Amino acid sequence: MKEDVLILAIESSCDETAASVVKNGREVLSNVIYSQIALHTLYGGVVPEIASRKHIEKINQVIEQALADANVTLKDITAIAVTYGPGLVGALLVGVSAAKAISFATGIPLIGVHHIEGHISANYIENKELEPPFVCLVASGGHSHLVVVKDYGEYGIIGRTRDDAAGEAFDKVARAIDLGYPGGPKIDKLAKEGNPNAIEFPRAKVGDNEYDFSFSGLKSAVLNYLNGCQMKGIPVNRADVAASFQKAVIDVLVEHSIHAVKAYGFKQFAIAGGVASNSSLRGAFEERCKKEGIAFYHPSPIFCTDNAAMIGAAGYYEYLRGVRSGYDLNAVPNLKLGER
Amino acid sequence: MKILGIDSSGLVAGVAVVEDDILLGEYTTNYKKTHSQTLLPMLDELKKMIELDLDSIDAIAISKGPGSFTGLRIGAATAKGLGLALKKPLVEVPTLAGMAYQLFACDSLICPIMDARRNQVYTGIYRFETKDCQGEAKRSLSETKEQCAIDIRELIDELNGMGQSVVFLGDGVAVYEKTIREFCKVPYTFAPAGMNYQRAASVATLGAIYFAEGKSIDAALHQPEYLRKSQAEREKEERATES
Repeated sequence: MKEDVLILAIESSCDETAASVVKNGREVLSNVIYSQIALHTLYGGVVPEIASRKHIEKINQVIEQALADANVTLKDITAIAVTYGPGLVGALLVGVSAAKAISFATGIPLIGVHHIEGHISANYIENKELEPPFVCLVASGGHSHLVVVKDYGEYGIIGRTRDDAAGEAFDKVARAIDLGYPGGPKIDKLAKEGNPNAIEFPRAKVGDNEYDFSFSGLKSAVLNYLNGCQMKGIPVNRADVAASFQKAVIDVLVEHSIHAVKAYGFKQFAIAGGVASNSSLRGAFEERCKKEGIAFYHPSPIFCTDNAAMIGAAGYYEYLRGVRSGYDLNAVPNLKLGER
Repeated sequence: MKILGIDSSGLVAGVAVVEDDILLGEYTTNYKKTHSQTLLPMLDELKKMIELDLDSIDAIAISKGPGSFTGLRIGAATAKGLGLALKKPLVEVPTLAGMAYQLFACDSLICPIMDARRNQVYTGIYRFETKDCQGEAKRSLSETKEQCAIDIRELIDELNGMGQSVVFLGDGVAVYEKTIREFCKVPYTFAPAGMNYQRAASVATLGAIYFAEGKSIDAALHQPEYLRKSQAEREKEERATES
């Protein structure tokens, strides 16, 4: 019997300060998230300087809580995994600097983890049977990627957004119909009361790559529709707008994803990232995957939002692969998936 | 008493270990590389050179700010991480006091200035007080003007009003030397290389004094002193006062 591998994971790439202890990559012993959302809501979006200040204020409490909740001390930890990109550079630097200092002071090895790799690996936590290869759709406020997970730690991005991320489009449309920030959960909720077929919004196709996404045209179409209504004095049914917009996003995400799964000949598909907690999106994928005979995986909402448990899961597999980072590890705001 | 000092508030990145009256080692760089890449490798190098047992440190003295927001946070997160892992307290040393302390026993006023952009400087005014202590003239750093962010001209006016000679130091000198030469009416001079920027040894030495006075905190509680709100907060407040 091999000794257990305990990863202390730290994540501070955007507006959540998070730490977690994960055992053998799939068992979450603790998952502490300090969310700053309420703070940034006042500004209608994440303010990088405010986020960084909050991270530095909370970082030790969050790490200490994660160790305490897991009922372990640093002496029990095998390796420290930390998100070093992509994300807000000032925010990332807090987690990276703290992780490096703890690694230096204790001699515990350090592993820099890609944020998106974390999101993808969130699927391992609750789906013990899931192993590569599979296709994963990562959709959040900052990312829309269609990724082929060839093996643990080996990724190929086959599709990405050409403009807005899916979550970004949700935020912008939510603002246009006065729902506020963050837009995703609010649109998801309002859409349940609306008719998804009430308004025909465009489903954008990107010419030269069948797996790429584009959401800015859709966003503009929604804004034009709202303007048109206002000019003609027609009352806007916000629930219908939310439902129709959401349907347009989901249709594109589902079509491209399923097309990729079939093209690569896999039988497994997973979703990850903040948008993956959208209930209609999950429903649409569940239905379609069932029809196509594809096993569909998704993390619980708590592991869809930015969290450190997912970084611990990813860090575990990087640890097994022998990946180690030095004390010169830097935050890389535009880090590419699969690059070091 | 053994104190680890860290300063990454400006262009300088520095680490130093001071034990009682001895500086065991110091590593200072003033080069374009980012502190996130240099600070910990420098500490690692210093640790090896002086065969430092990290557990033997009594406290970590951290340059608290003001300064570059990002620089301050790299230092803060490093100090907090070390404090957490080593279970050692932190001693917060105001950055400008740490700078001023390098000019120990100086008879002039000491005025460190850091460029804060928009014609402002982060500054404070310091002097060394003498206290007779059983025949020894003990000197201690005293704060005449608390550290703040103000217009350079306003600072010069205030110094002119005080009517005493002054030593300027800090990265603000290069930026505002012309303004100082033009408007400063009291005798002034500029500190030379070696004592005109932040030094971790000074932070550690001053930190040791604070630590002996019981001024240490749990690492979890430390956060930088920015002296300025974020731009988003400032703009929000401006909008609120306008409407």
